[in-house]
Amino acid sequence: MDTVVSVAGLRKRYGSVVAVADVSFEVAEGEIFGLLGPNGAGKTTTVECLQGLRRPDGGRLRVLGLDPHAQAGQLRGRVGGQLQESALPDRMRVWEAVDLFASLSPRAVDPDALLAEWGLTDKRTAAFASLSGGQRQRLFIALALVNRPDVVFLDEMTTGLDPAARRASWSLIEAVRDRGTTVVLVSHFMDEAERLCDRLAVINDHRVVALDTPQGLIARYAPEVQVMFHTDQADLSWLSSVPYVESFDVRGTTATVTGRGAVLAHVGAALVARGLEPDDLRVRRPTLEDVFMRIVGRGGE
Amino acid sequence: MKVLRKMSLLELKLFAREPVTVLFTLALPLLVLYVLGGVFNQPAEPGVFRGVSGPNYYLPAYIGLVAASIGLIALPVHIAGYRERGVLRRYRASAVPSISIFGAQVLVAFVAASLSALVLIGAATASWDISAPRSLPGVLGAFVISVLCFAAIGFLLGAVLPSPRAAQGVGVLLWFVMFMISGSGPPPEVLPGSLNAVGNATPLKHVIVLIQDPWLGFG
Repeated sequence: MDTVVSVAGLRKRYGSVVAVADVSFEVAEGEIFGLLGPNGAGKTTTVECLQGLRRPDGGRLRVLGLDPHAQAGQLRGRVGGQLQESALPDRMRVWEAVDLFASLSPRAVDPDALLAEWGLTDKRTAAFASLSGGQRQRLFIALALVNRPDVVFLDEMTTGLDPAARRASWSLIEAVRDRGTTVVLVSHFMDEAERLCDRLAVINDHRVVALDTPQGLIARYAPEVQVMFHTDQADLSWLSSVPYVESFDVRGTTATVTGRGAVLAHVGAALVARGLEPDDLRVRRPTLEDVFMRIVGRGGE
Repeated sequence: MKVLRKMSLLELKLFAREPVTVLFTLALPLLVLYVLGGVFNQPAEPGVFRGVSGPNYYLPAYIGLVAASIGLIALPVHIAGYRERGVLRRYRASAVPSISIFGAQVLVAFVAASLSALVLIGAATASWDISAPRSLPGVLGAFVISVLCFAAIGFLLGAVLPSPRAAQGVGVLLWFVMFMISGSGPPPEVLPGSLNAVGNATPLKHVIVLIQDPWLGFG
């Protein structure tokens, strides 16, 4: 696998405000790579540097083997970007925008098919100003993909989309990757990152503080599984001897057991062996959100 | 080239879709023409209005004034608005060549200035006895230089001023001051020498003389 994006020791400050202190990561060809972190952590600055929109103060950046700032011309047409804050002229129509951006690249996709994919066919002749937030967002993603880029940077692409549109976008992004585009995704939606990303870097306080697959991050930072059930039995001290159980807590009639690995199966078996058959036995597996809260602490959002 | 063509066509369409801008471009010079042309509708007289009649003096001056209003007001407001709203970022992220962005603006500036100039010429010819340009190529050349000159100033203002509101304020101020002291407002002969000295330093003064000279057969 070739490395498509590499960032080594990126630093960037705006005046006296540090935006990126030390960010390094590599993205392999065909990956969906996520940058996750609280607001103001430096995610957007990082991808803006990678798109050649900002000049880094230090560090070495390579996109498709080229310097995004010095060799911007050669990268033109091979990179797509959807920016967090951008706009089109108010009175520009949707089809005009797609047509304009398609004219930038000889290998552009069919504009009508693209509009259909992103659910904008009936908005073809609508002015940009008349689009809803979600429609604008989908238009920007479509514009980022119109030149069939080798690598695309999506900065909070599903912000402003309704839940159904978010889910639809995820499938479309996976389809884009399957067609050979490497995706770098900035997000602060944990479900989105967990669902889409092959690997992700957690950025906090302007540095990369963790970098792994979503499952790897969960196993390392939030390995505890919680098993919960209702019971009338007062004495549950036998739970401590069940394999994989680390601790338990009883509040009223609700028992919460914390453990690792196969704790659910063993607690279930132990319950049945003691003649207890709670019909609400349930498990809460850790998610990326738990990882995020643990790493970022105070919570961010 | 293809992008420049597309962008130019798009910007022209966007211009035509802004009724206020179109109205402003066409109506403002007409208003000024009729007010000042009416007030100073005097026959040719040595020493006043460079020795030609009032309307003959003002018509070429207003063509210069139109170029100034586009370069000082319309263009900077447009560019600053694009920057503030993130349109320029959007274009840059998709590597839209700057030349096509600026080229399209220059083209729109030319179309708007030409429309205004034609309306002015038509209205003035219908109302007063206007002499034909002595040197048409000279006038056309002067017109092109005038629009380019003010378009360049417009890009500079649009790049420096932080927001469309700032651009509007600074632009209208510059335009009005130039209008008053550069020979397109009150006749230069009635202004004190110091104001005329400042007026002589404004780009509008030079543009007006540049268009008047071939039109009226001076220089």
